[in-house]
Amino acid sequence: MYAAEFDYVRASSIEEAISLKAENDDSSLLAGGHSLIPAMKLRLSTPQKLIDISGLDQLKKISKNGSHISIGSLCTHKQCAESEIIQSNCPALSDAASVIGDPHVRTKGTIGGALAHSDPQADYPGATLALNATFVAKGPSGERTIEVDDYFIGLWETALGEGELLTEIRIAINSMNANSCYVKFPQPASRYPYVGCGVSLSSNNGTCSDIRVGFSGVGEWAFRDSGVESTLKGQPLNDSTIASAADKAAEGKTVLNDHFVSEEYRRAMSKVYAKRAMMQLS
Amino acid sequence: MGKYIGESVLRKEDPRMVTGEAKYLDDIKIPGMLYAVVKRSDYAHAKIKNIDTSEATKMPGVLGVWTGKDFEDVNPMPCAWQAGGITNNANTPRVLEIDKVTFTGQGIAVVVAEDRNLAEDACSKINVEYEELPVVVSAEDAIKPGAPQLHENAPNNICMEWECGNEDGTDKALSNSDVVVKEQLVNQRLIPNSMEPRGAIAEYKSATEEFTVWLTSQAPHVHRLLATAFVFGIPETKMRVIAPHVGGGFGCKIFLYPEYCLVIALAKKIGRPIKWMETRSENFQATTHGRDHSTQIQVGASNDGTITSLKVNTVANLGGTLSTIAPGIPTTLYGRLLSGTYKFPNIYCGVKGVYTNTGMVDAYRGAGRPEATYVVERALDLVANKLGMDVVDVRKKNFIQKDQFPYTPADGITKGLEYDSGDYEKPLNKALEMFNYTQFREEQKKSRSEGKYLGVGFSTYIEACGVAPSAWVGVGGEGWGAGLWESANIRVHLTGKVVVTTGSSPHGQGTETTMAQIAADELGLPFDDVDVQYNDTLGTPFGYGTYGSRSAAVGGTAVFNAVQKVKQKALRIGAHMLEASADDVVYEDGKVSVKGSPDQAKTIQEIAGAAALGYSLPEGDEPFLDETAYFDPPNTTWPFGTHICVVEIEEETGSVKVKKYLAVDDVGNVVNPMVVDGQIHGGIAQGVAQALWESGEYNESGELMSGSLIDYAIPRTDCLPNLELDRTVTPSPTNPLGVKGVGETGTIASTPAVVNAVIDALAPFGVTNLNMPLTSQKIWNVIQKKGG
Repeated sequence: MYAAEFDYVRASSIEEAISLKAENDDSSLLAGGHSLIPAMKLRLSTPQKLIDISGLDQLKKISKNGSHISIGSLCTHKQCAESEIIQSNCPALSDAASVIGDPHVRTKGTIGGALAHSDPQADYPGATLALNATFVAKGPSGERTIEVDDYFIGLWETALGEGELLTEIRIAINSMNANSCYVKFPQPASRYPYVGCGVSLSSNNGTCSDIRVGFSGVGEWAFRDSGVESTLKGQPLNDSTIASAADKAAEGKTVLNDHFVSEEYRRAMSKVYAKRAMMQLS
Repeated sequence: MGKYIGESVLRKEDPRMVTGEAKYLDDIKIPGMLYAVVKRSDYAHAKIKNIDTSEATKMPGVLGVWTGKDFEDVNPMPCAWQAGGITNNANTPRVLEIDKVTFTGQGIAVVVAEDRNLAEDACSKINVEYEELPVVVSAEDAIKPGAPQLHENAPNNICMEWECGNEDGTDKALSNSDVVVKEQLVNQRLIPNSMEPRGAIAEYKSATEEFTVWLTSQAPHVHRLLATAFVFGIPETKMRVIAPHVGGGFGCKIFLYPEYCLVIALAKKIGRPIKWMETRSENFQATTHGRDHSTQIQVGASNDGTITSLKVNTVANLGGTLSTIAPGIPTTLYGRLLSGTYKFPNIYCGVKGVYTNTGMVDAYRGAGRPEATYVVERALDLVANKLGMDVVDVRKKNFIQKDQFPYTPADGITKGLEYDSGDYEKPLNKALEMFNYTQFREEQKKSRSEGKYLGVGFSTYIEACGVAPSAWVGVGGEGWGAGLWESANIRVHLTGKVVVTTGSSPHGQGTETTMAQIAADELGLPFDDVDVQYNDTLGTPFGYGTYGSRSAAVGGTAVFNAVQKVKQKALRIGAHMLEASADDVVYEDGKVSVKGSPDQAKTIQEIAGAAALGYSLPEGDEPFLDETAYFDPPNTTWPFGTHICVVEIEEETGSVKVKKYLAVDDVGNVVNPMVVDGQIHGGIAQGVAQALWESGEYNESGELMSGSLIDYAIPRTDCLPNLELDRTVTPSPTNPLGVKGVGETGTIASTPAVVNAVIDALAPFGVTNLNMPLTSQKIWNVIQKKGG
């Protein structure tokens, strides 16, 4: 398909991007373009102006910053997948980044773009929920942080304000995040997850002292699964307790049901993949 | 045979492909060229009440907007292959539909603008008023009483009812059989997805009333003939059709599509060159699909595993209108293959070709033969399963034996064609040696007790390639509205450099290389001295194009035969130059020499030079070495082989992993092993994909649900294990090269091997049949239902 007509401008600083966004009601920020451009080609998205932020190099760094890891929002999936800092401190994120799309997508697509777009079928949301990530947003009224638990609020919807630019993803450096993973059951065509499950887990003498579980692809938007978490927390880690916890997966949640995959199957696979993730960490 | 035939000579095509120098249709730009975009129907079945083009017409850069009414004088597309000997209630598309649409995505209007984006913008401003009609998408539903009716001339939506074999005899044999297995087998709809979608460019010169047309085409001569003689009623000499580099077809670029003719008509109307190039989304909706059969089988057998009878009733979904050769696919290319490699004594096949509110279905790699092979190879497993016998034993018991060739299948199902040559146990035994079947069965038993589900599937297939003898397939025979011979011309230029032109129209197969190998070997010249030219009606002899695994067996043989004519003339001229009698000279290694005196010789270059100059020629001979041959095959060729697939099923998810795939094919003599292996690799990938992933699906309102690569699962390399290939060689007596054809082998053979493997793996759950695609959800469902 061919996109509807639009204007294009390249921002040379974060501040310029924010003011351009404020000046143009019907505009979209362009990062890697791997969700936005296809949507524009299908004319599902018809912004009048594209504000290209892909040249903002200060948003392309991954670093340790005291108590947390700082990931610039324009880091590509490839960068996130290959970063030793991420691999050793929050492997759920590098796991997720490494199974997004294909090498083309991973080379161009960015973590900030994916998280701002908040496709219910995307991989990062489940992983960032498990990692208790913090998002940094800059807008006309300055900078603020948004906790991941408050970030995914609806289908294609996030807590980012209309004029805000997601600049950074922060992940705390702790033993729980270092013991994390993301597992995925991909749809064979798109390779979006039927089920994507991120888990971080800490244990003390074989007992689960804390756990966070996030699901992508299962519901209309990514969610944290407190049913699974509370069932395992405080329990000794073994096959049987993990199976009981996994059995709670997606309980009470609205689960997607489409032409290709039934709700029943997605629920069942949520349990399987929750179990696999928890087994991997215990 | 020679220096090049049988060798993996590197492909002549590849340097320009890998450097990007190859020009495809969308690379072509002509000064003054305009762009056309087609407005497509949003509904699967609807009357067109009104099309408001006023806003679109006023958009910037728009030259005009046209609807079907503007092309009432253009004939509908021809259906060039109607099933033989019976009535076909044919309904074919028009360049733009006028009153009614019968599937989502049919063209109803066209915008022509100065550039593509402007045309797209204007197209989105066309307002169409529809009156929705009830929709039917499944062929089985379409023939039920009370179903929505698509066409006045096709009561109950039936295009044609065709049969072959002996129904009474088969029924009798079934009732006398020790066991009868009945099953419904579904061969789902597939969407070809050639890498390059379809496109067309047309230019019209009013002074000479001549068209030049570039098409994504597998058969430029056929496209020209159909467009000129059948659609526009103009001499075919007034149109030149060029297929530039064509990015794959798998059959879908054989056909004459409405958009091709639309662009031709517009070029004349507007007087400027026009390009139309479809998007991937349009390709999904409006390019032809393949397969879509629902089949009831009954197979009878004795207790010892001897199959006594096979009865097949198929409902074939042809889509909303007929594509160019649609009726020929589920009839001739399907029913006539139903004996497989087996001596079934009684066979019957009845086929109903049915209209539904879905995209057109026509030939897709294998075309009818994968569907037939699926029926036969599943039937063998069903019988083995019923009798508790081994699937290999049942196959061996029913094989046609190597001393029975040429073999004529029972009940006249091949309508006079006989299997040319074969030894079916040979590739099976070779494959079993590579595989170690006994050990696998032990491992399978052991792993089941550990909750791992392994399965093995066999396909000991046959196919008919090298289509086809003209009188057999043509009008009065199988109904193909033309011949199916092929042509080649050889010219040896003054310096001894050779140009081969062919009516074949390769688009990825490597035929440019293999034809050069044949010509170089036969003439005794270096490979690099032979150029092969094709894909342009100007400069190539008329030919029927590339499909049906025919370009080596039929096109290659035309090259071989043309070379023989050149050699005959070279012998006469060489003898004349050597002052010898033509009876006293021989042609060897690129030289004509006096028998017994190899030193007294003239090279083909010297002879070509003398022929081109024409200063001194034998009496009665004309200058130049320039010969044309037309080869009409006396039979199709009958490749065969054994494919073995091993799968592992994950009980928790139902996911299938292909663990091992090996194929021992017998495609006759092999011109280029690398090219042959490449064809088999790609074919297997497509066939495995049908078994496990791909499916063209419509919802009840006729919307294509698998209308993009997000939902339609084409396999990627990580979906397949390393393919283990080997071959046996049983030359075909049908042509002097002894080749059988290989383009479709992989897709024909592989699908049932995979499905048989999955069913084998699921045996502990009591599963005997599942219909494709065998998605993880489908398998998980049956595992849940039947318990562990």
